[in-house]
Amino acid sequence: MDDVFRELYQEIILDHNKNPRHFGVPDSYTHSAEGYNPLCGDKVHVFLTVRDGKIDSISFKGEGCAISKASASVMTTLLTGMPLAEAHALMKRFVEVVTGPMDGIVDIDEERFGQLLAFVGVREFPARVKCATLAWHAMEAALKQGEGSVTTE
Amino acid sequence: MSTTVKTPEKIAGKRRFDPAVVRGEFPILSTRVHGKPLAFLDSAASSQKPEVVIETIANYYRSEHSNIHRGVYYLSEIATAKYEAARETTRRFLNAGSTREIIFTAGTTDAINLVANAYGREFFREGDEVLISGMEHHANIVSWQLVCQDLGAKLKVIPINERGELDLESLPGLISERTRMVGIVYVSNSLGTVNPVKEVIRIAHQHGVPVLVDAAQATSHLSVDVQDLDADFLAMSGHKVYGPTGVGVLYGKEHHLEKMRPFKGGGDMIRSVTFEKTTFNDLPFKFEAGTPNIAGVIGLAAALEYVMAFDINEVAAWEDELLQYGENLLAGVPGLRRIGTAAHRAGSLAFVLADVHPHDIGTLLDHEGVAIRTGHHCTQPVMSYFKVPATSRASVAMYNNKADLEALQRGLLKIVEVFR
Repeated sequence: MDDVFRELYQEIILDHNKNPRHFGVPDSYTHSAEGYNPLCGDKVHVFLTVRDGKIDSISFKGEGCAISKASASVMTTLLTGMPLAEAHALMKRFVEVVTGPMDGIVDIDEERFGQLLAFVGVREFPARVKCATLAWHAMEAALKQGEGSVTTE
Repeated sequence: MSTTVKTPEKIAGKRRFDPAVVRGEFPILSTRVHGKPLAFLDSAASSQKPEVVIETIANYYRSEHSNIHRGVYYLSEIATAKYEAARETTRRFLNAGSTREIIFTAGTTDAINLVANAYGREFFREGDEVLISGMEHHANIVSWQLVCQDLGAKLKVIPINERGELDLESLPGLISERTRMVGIVYVSNSLGTVNPVKEVIRIAHQHGVPVLVDAAQATSHLSVDVQDLDADFLAMSGHKVYGPTGVGVLYGKEHHLEKMRPFKGGGDMIRSVTFEKTTFNDLPFKFEAGTPNIAGVIGLAAALEYVMAFDINEVAAWEDELLQYGENLLAGVPGLRRIGTAAHRAGSLAFVLADVHPHDIGTLLDHEGVAIRTGHHCTQPVMSYFKVPATSRASVAMYNNKADLEALQRGLLKIVEVFR
């Protein structure tokens, strides 16, 4: 099992699973959306406040596995304070991180976003990719629609 | 833990049940997964196939295949004879009175949909009621729901208790003058509960209400005797009882089937067709439109013969021993809570583990070579009742051994360690 832990359940993931950052429903927010995976019942609801073309704050709540929870938690820490254009680019990059070719090189600013590399291991578990992307898809949906639900199906 | 009904026909001249020998007859069980021996504990989702079933299907395609009930040549006659012999084997397996009552379907879901549509749409009216239990598989919920919504009929639910048992006492009070059907699962796939279906049927019949039994999980664990149960309809799948996927059976009492309209139109189910009018074929062909899953049906018969070669009580005793052993091992895993603790159980051990999500458990166990099912098991109302989003479920079949369950426990203990 040790190899699986190195690949999939890295320390960062276990930590964010146990102590999710920005967890809960804020008093006020400008955008929100729910990500739902009907296959496993995982749910992630994201709430964000966008001001002057920038993401002021994000939080999330929901139920899910360690991968989906950690992914949502890491996402909130990285996107907070980020201009929208940059946020969209990073969301796209993250999907590449977890779905890219096995031998592909992930072009990512390791200094700023190195945490995302903890999710590279997900690639080798096709059944779990949707767990990792759920919160990110919800985030995209929130920015696109303002309010709504998105599924990974 | 399970209840089995002995039928004299099935005891005489049986093969001795030796778990180790049986295990050797399932080639897939020697697979290694991530360098570890496979511990397959997901037979409730789909059981593995013995060599004899695999060979029967291969041999059929190699030297016996053609379409049935059509050609007058050698191969067609062989295929037709084998297909109809499979119907007789299935009749014997379920102890039905006649092969006219044995309809081949694509599976349990298909069989339930057939009844919901061909019986329900014919005989349900606005305000009528269909009664199901709180532990039904989605197949025995949604099939009825679709028909009820169209007709303005109502779906009512027999409650379950915290052990995952049917609240049988509430049943008489739930049956009204408008109840037109009771749908009940024989063995719950997510809880392992063996329901007192014979008693449910007896009570329903006192009120003149027919009963459909979902026997998908029952067929591999207990003797299923439609005449002893007095079931009006009974649905089963091939792949849950060591047979192929894509094939199943609907048993229906002849007098019900006679008065039902066909569910699907096409070849084989007709007697004569003009553009003005079609006369339907006799039972059971009336409900078997189109070229059926011939190889699947013949493979299913091989699987049923394989099971019937044993005394099912010996099989059940071994599976109960495994469940008890597994239950004791799971009790030694810190933070583990079992879901589904009915007095009569067969096949499944479901559980949740402290803060660890079932999908993480499933992935990690896979790397220990242990295959279990994680999720809602197509029984979301059961998950709601127990207030869990999902569970992990280990299920056993006749080919499992104690080492499989020991691998499960080892894996779980590692998971507890890491997620501490």
